[in-house]
Order: sequence, then C-alpha cells, then structure tokens
Amino acid sequence: MKKSRLTLSSLILGYVFLYTPLLYLIVFSFNSTKQVVFWTGFSLKWYGKLFTNSEILKATLTSIEIAMISATAATILGTISALIIVKFSKFKGKGFFEILVSIPLVMPEIIMGLGFLLLFFNLEAWIGWPRVGTKSAITLAHTTVAISYVCAIVYAQLINFDKSLMEAATDLGARPLKAFVQIMLPLLTPALVSGWFLSFVLSMDDLIIASFVGGPGATTLPMVIYSSVKYGISPQINALATLIIALVAFALGLGYFLHTRQKKALEVTEP
Amino acid sequence: MNKSLSKFISMVQNTKKSGLIGIPYVWLIIFLLFPLLLIFKVSISESILGIPPYKDIATWVDSATLKLHFEFENYFIVLQDKLYRFAFFQSLKYAGLATLFCVLLGYPVAYYISRTRESLQPLLLLLILLPFWTSFLLRVYAWIGLLSKKGLINQFLLSLKIISAPLPLLGNGFSITLGMVYCYLPFMILPLYTSLSRFDVSLLEAAADLGCPPWKSFLKITLPLSLQGVVAGCTLVFIPCVGEFVIPEILGGSESFVLGKAIWTEFFNNRDWPMASTIAIFLTVFMVLPITIIKRVHHEGSAS
Repeated sequence: MKKSRLTLSSLILGYVFLYTPLLYLIVFSFNSTKQVVFWTGFSLKWYGKLFTNSEILKATLTSIEIAMISATAATILGTISALIIVKFSKFKGKGFFEILVSIPLVMPEIIMGLGFLLLFFNLEAWIGWPRVGTKSAITLAHTTVAISYVCAIVYAQLINFDKSLMEAATDLGARPLKAFVQIMLPLLTPALVSGWFLSFVLSMDDLIIASFVGGPGATTLPMVIYSSVKYGISPQINALATLIIALVAFALGLGYFLHTRQKKALEVTEP
Repeated sequence: MNKSLSKFISMVQNTKKSGLIGIPYVWLIIFLLFPLLLIFKVSISESILGIPPYKDIATWVDSATLKLHFEFENYFIVLQDKLYRFAFFQSLKYAGLATLFCVLLGYPVAYYISRTRESLQPLLLLLILLPFWTSFLLRVYAWIGLLSKKGLINQFLLSLKIISAPLPLLGNGFSITLGMVYCYLPFMILPLYTSLSRFDVSLLEAAADLGCPPWKSFLKITLPLSLQGVVAGCTLVFIPCVGEFVIPEILGGSESFVLGKAIWTEFFNNRDWPMASTIAIFLTVFMVLPITIIKRVHHEGSAS
C-alpha cells in the first residue's frame, strides 16, 4: 500500500504540534531576561534560581516520596488484583470486583479528588487517621488510583501468557508458589516495571487529587507549579520543565535502547 | 494421606486464597466505593455553615429515634439554574470538539505509523508518548507563552505582516479546545494504531486487484475494521475532557465555566460541599456512565 502525501504531511504536522510547546519551554529557559518572546542572550541564571528555590525543592522531595511509596504499593496490589481476575475461578463478588477496579480509569480526577476528601474527612473524625492535608492522605489516594492502571497493564500481559508453561512446571513437580516465582514473575517483570513507572508518573503529575486531600503540611510539586503558573509565565518554571523533559527523554531513550538491544540479541541466538 | 489432614490443608489453602482476594478487595471498598457513596450522601445533605459544611442526613432526635432528612433541592437547582446548564453544555461542547479534532489529526498519524517500516514503528510511537510522560501542567502552561497577545505565535505573524493586530488566541473556546487536543492526542493515536496495525493488509491488495479505488477501499475496509480503535480512542479522550479542570482554568477566560470548574468553585470558593457533590453526581450519571456503557456494548458486540 502506497503511503500518500496527505498522511505523511499529517504525521509531520502531528509531531510538530506535539513538540513545539516543549521546544518553546526549553529554548526560553536559557533566555537571559524574563522575556518570553524575544531572545535576549544565553544564560543559566534561571537554573541557578531554581536550585535555590527552597519551596520547589521541598515540594519535589515530597512528591518523590509520595510517588515512590504509592507506586510500590499500587504495583503489589494491582498485580494481585489482575491475578485474581485472570487466574482465580469465579467467586462471589468477582464481577463487582472487576467493575470496582476499573472505576478510576474512567472517573474524572475531580470526582475522585472530592470523594477522597470526603472519605478522609470522615475517617479523621471516626478513627483519627489519615488526617486531611498530610502526605499519607495523598499517598493512599494515589495508590488507589494507580492500582487500576497497574491491574490493566498486568491483566493485558497475563491473558497473553502461555498457560502451558505453568502447567509444564506444575506437571514436573514444582509447587504453585515456586512455579509462580520462577516462571510467572520473570515473564511479568516488564509489565510490573511499566506499571510501577506509570504509577510513579501519575502520582508526580497529579494536581487535582493532591489539591483536595493535600494542604499546607503536604504540598506537592504540581501544587507549587500551579500556584506560580496562575500568575503567568516564569522562566524558573521553564527551567524546571526543561529538566523534567530531559529526564523523561533520557529514561525513555534508555528503555528503548535496552529493548532494541535485547531484541537484537534474541534475533542472533535464534537460528 | 490422612483425610482430616488433607481437609485441613485445603482449608488453609482456601483461607490463603481468600486472604489474597481480601486485601485488594477490602482496599478498593474502603478507598474507592466509600468515597463514591459519600459523594452521593453529601449531595443529598443540607448545606450549612460550619465544619463540615453539611448536615448529616441522619440525626438522633433522642436516644431511640433516628431522624432521616434527604435534601434534593440541589438536584433541582442544577437542573433549573442557567449557569449550571451553561457549564454542562460548555463541557459537552469542548470535550466533543476536542475528540473530533483528535480523531481528525490522530487517524492519519496512526495510519502512517502502522504502515511504515516495522523497525521504525516503536521509535515513532515512543515519540508520540514522550510528551505524555512529562508534566501535564507544564504542557498546558507552555501554551500561555505561545498563544498570548504578546506570545510567540502572534509576534511571529505580526513580524511577517500577515496580521496587523494580535489575534485573541488565549482565554477563549479556541485555546481550551486546542489545549485538550494537545494533551489527549496520544490517547487517541495509541488505540487507533493498535487496531490499524492488527488488520490484514492483503485485504486492501485484494480490493485493489479487483479494481476498487483507494478511497473506496478505505471507506469499505480500513475504516470499519479500525472502528473499535476509534471508539476506544474517543472514550479515552472524551471522558477526561468532560471533567477537565486544569485546561479551562489555565487557558480559558471567562467563557471557561465547565463542570470541572463548577465543582472546584463550589468546593473551594463557596465551600458548598453538597452542591459540589451534586454536580459530581450529574457529571457521572450523564457523561461518564453513558460513554462507559456505549464502549462496553460496542466492545462486546465486536468481540462476538
């Protein structure tokens, strides 16, 4: 099938559209004045200011802490959820469980945020934990949302999974737990890794839910960015954006490199 | 083996199994089901001044009688008030437009990627996804600098003398729609690519051999076979857009009163939790639920 010129030009248009704003952020993070339209000279001063901005640094650490804990918890709980859906025979309430676990995938964040706040507010009144406006409140909320995403990723991997491998292992005398650890877990690793990273990024990126359940005691990076963005353009935020873009590009590039190398190695070993 | 021993072992295994089921199940009931039920409860509670700013629906009159009070007034207000109706249609309009433009731009892109050299496809997809992994907020923020009156696009057009006065690109429906298309385009391209790369190209060759013009084979073969991807992409774009808060807040001006912003304003500015909850119920029942059902029905229909 011949590729028409129309589809090629829309491909280029698509990439230009996706990357122009990012390039714009990067270029003007190196501008020497606060100007956001005209180039006035190269400077790194906004990066210097960014690294001494204690508010942003503190919020970054808070965000990383919340994202690490919630991504890890969600990866464990999400994987168990996917295993329950795929591997377990029907039990009472299985259908309900499947609906429940898919809710965060379709529910707008603003509704999730409102719901979490009402829950934590009531929990605080009943049992005193978790208090609204704390890191634990944000972590619990982020974990809950991320469980659904991990579950979806692991689920997709599990249904493509070759059943005969597990059967062969158990036929040869491996106990179910051993078969799981030695056969299923290595095959699931790519899904677990991408699930963890997706949960991490979703948590780092969330403004809405954190705004509802966070507070002065627990301010995440997006909350700080948002309060500064409301007052217009700031080159410091451009510098921050540039660092985030560089980090993401590096991580994805590394992943891509490792993936293609592994693929090539497989092609070589296969006759 | 002793019968009672094997019975004991199977019992232990069963408890282990239900324990495994129990952990995520209990978690989701507490942290997911309860919040949603609480939203409903608060939506039918009376709004008061105080902490919390709503009256419990059940109050003990004395130690023996429990008085239940349901307040459905907010539901009537949302249905009748012009402002909320406006917000409802604004949300629908922007989400609809954004979905439409995502299909129009995303379809050819996904089509091209699915037909290009196989070794190149992962890299092209990676480049589509890269912006998504960076900060959502910062990607929206970038458009302020591009679209504002003194922004890059206006200055560029002015310097080329294409326009004589800056165009009002920011703070209106245009910038809201543009921001939504920009942020959610990858969510359209990925499912489209999946369904387009799955189908058999020999079908098109057969059609061409039999004298079918390309546009006709596109309409008769490619489009119907990729419809599932279109539906999946549309739900992935439409649902977050209809409840979107950040994009209308940052890029939209006075016209940006959408449902997401209505919930935010009622909650944070007016401290009217029952009203915020009522709007959330409306958003769920009239926007999220129908779309989810349509997707499910369509999915099951194409699976059978």
